[in-house]
Amino acid sequence: MTTETLPKQDKADSAIGVHVKGYFERVKGGELGALPAVFGLVILCVVFSILRPAFLSAVNFANLFTQGAAVTVIAMGLIFVLLLGEIDLSAGFASGVCAAVLAVLLTLQGWPWYLAVLAAMVTGAVIGFVLGSLVAKLGIPSFVVTLAAFLAFQGVVLLLVKDGTNISIRDETILAIANKNIPPVIGWVGLIVGVVVYAALQLLQARRRTARGLVATPMAVIAARVVTLAVVAGAAVYVLNLERSRNAAIVSLKGVPIVVPLIVILLVVWTFVLRRTAYGRHIYAVGGNAEAARRAGINVDRIRISAFVICSFMASIGGIIAASRANSVDPNTGGSNVLLFAVGAAVIGGTSLFGGKGRALDAVLGGAVVAVIENGMGLMGYSAGVKYVVTGLVLLLAAGVDALSRKRAAATGRR
Amino acid sequence: MSQGPILELRGINKSFGPVQVLHDVAFSAYPGEVTALVGDNGAGKSTLVKCIGGIYPIDSGEYYFEGERVQVNGPRDAAALGVEIVYQDLALCDNLDIVQNMFLGRERRSGLVLDEDTMEEMAAKTLAGLSVRTVKSLRQQVSSLSGGQRQTVAIAKAVLWNSKVVILDEPTAALGVAQTAQVLELVRRLADKGLAVVLISHNMNDVFAVADRIAALYLGRMAAQVKASEVTHSQVVELITAGRSGELGLKNGNGAAS
Repeated sequence: MTTETLPKQDKADSAIGVHVKGYFERVKGGELGALPAVFGLVILCVVFSILRPAFLSAVNFANLFTQGAAVTVIAMGLIFVLLLGEIDLSAGFASGVCAAVLAVLLTLQGWPWYLAVLAAMVTGAVIGFVLGSLVAKLGIPSFVVTLAAFLAFQGVVLLLVKDGTNISIRDETILAIANKNIPPVIGWVGLIVGVVVYAALQLLQARRRTARGLVATPMAVIAARVVTLAVVAGAAVYVLNLERSRNAAIVSLKGVPIVVPLIVILLVVWTFVLRRTAYGRHIYAVGGNAEAARRAGINVDRIRISAFVICSFMASIGGIIAASRANSVDPNTGGSNVLLFAVGAAVIGGTSLFGGKGRALDAVLGGAVVAVIENGMGLMGYSAGVKYVVTGLVLLLAAGVDALSRKRAAATGRR
Repeated sequence: MSQGPILELRGINKSFGPVQVLHDVAFSAYPGEVTALVGDNGAGKSTLVKCIGGIYPIDSGEYYFEGERVQVNGPRDAAALGVEIVYQDLALCDNLDIVQNMFLGRERRSGLVLDEDTMEEMAAKTLAGLSVRTVKSLRQQVSSLSGGQRQTVAIAKAVLWNSKVVILDEPTAALGVAQTAQVLELVRRLADKGLAVVLISHNMNDVFAVADRIAALYLGRMAAQVKASEVTHSQVVELITAGRSGELGLKNGNGAAS
């Protein structure tokens, strides 16, 4: 009996071994993936929690999510443009314009929230369509188009909010997005459903591939992924479900912030689009080799335009979140560091500025790093000036890592 | 190989503005044979291939496919007939893996979702059918492949679609000795499977190694289309450089003979 089971065990071990070895080979060859972001996140969290114990409190943990949400969502849209090797410098102020449209319709015109949100999203999509058309059809470099849009949108926001006044938002639904939490029970239910669905999908895929005689992901790797997801997400839900209110008798404050499931849904949707649909495949193809994509019969212009539409559309959602968090829209909504943080988040997460490489998850990982830096340095009492400098340096570092890993990949034949 | 040509062009003329690049060119490719298309730089090889592939419209002339006269107005028409061209720059996406590249633009789907498993199976079958054993994993990114392996993937991509005519533009130009041999072997196998293969090459050794027929272009005219076994190395060189060689070649600077 032992003789029968042993070889099987061996086989399973070697399958895992191949998987792990393959991963390390890829890392060595310059495909760092999520590694720098996860690594940076851990280091930053450790450093900040030693220097400022308040960093680890449940209140602050919840703050991190609401703080980073807008930037993360904008970054997720930016990834589509970055995948093509283009850039959208106007994404920040595009979110500002959409937020301003929302505020004007909601507060000044008295529209119901759903129509105002729809209008903001349509505004975003139209902005993306115009930018994308200018880039794809006229062939103006995206850098220039979006730089022009960056300036123009800044003006549009000013015009919309009537020269510097701010428009407050009083609609309960909109305010809830970044300020309210979901009931703890629903948080747990959502977590369990999510983990179970993830595990089921992974197992089904492995079974289907084994049945067809194709190389499947080893069970141990699937188990490790599912356990990691369950532990990390479970810990987050647990902490977020702790009582955060200083005076729980008066007002209770616990549960997962509403932005978290919102981001999870967006992440799942865009990951599905990028990895499982022909459209997503074509985005990677255009980013990797536009000429090859064109010869393969892919409508490159349409892919380009659609990427800008998705980018600005996601910016509009980011703008809505920002407006909700600030309870108002002013001329600076989506301005100053928002764009830089969003690009930084995407690049820190592992999306290449050279196109062809990136995932929707990068935005979440990078967004977390950016939020932790901003939050932690705020707790340390540093001024805005220092924060800007540090964030700029981190962006530079991430872009440097990107460029170096690319060089390394070229040297090892993995360009 | 007594079959008629699967692809036949007659009296093809093509000008770019005032410059006439192809003069009354005749060309045919036979199933199960490798037809080498040779000629000096600027002789019109690439233009002829692009006319066959539908990238350039022809000014005048007749295009026959499987004995029937057809109109090819674009790359899609050519692909629909079963004519695939593998260009010199291969047109592969480095950031995609082998399967993804082979199915690029023609992905298999089940509903909205890509049918990765079927694509992987078909790719594996195609590569096995070409006796390709050099690639480790089909899920390898193309960036990690060698030049010969890339060429193989590009050729396999062209064969995947039940194509009948495969045109290879200088497939060995950038390869080393061992890889050149590999690719030439693959070219031979394609023909043995019954495809009509057109091989553009500058390298006489490659041409004589695999070609059944040789078509020599000279200054936009078809100097001769002959069986490879009936000519010598130096005759072909003369056809390329002077347009004629003894009885072969252009007589009065017009019309092809063989």
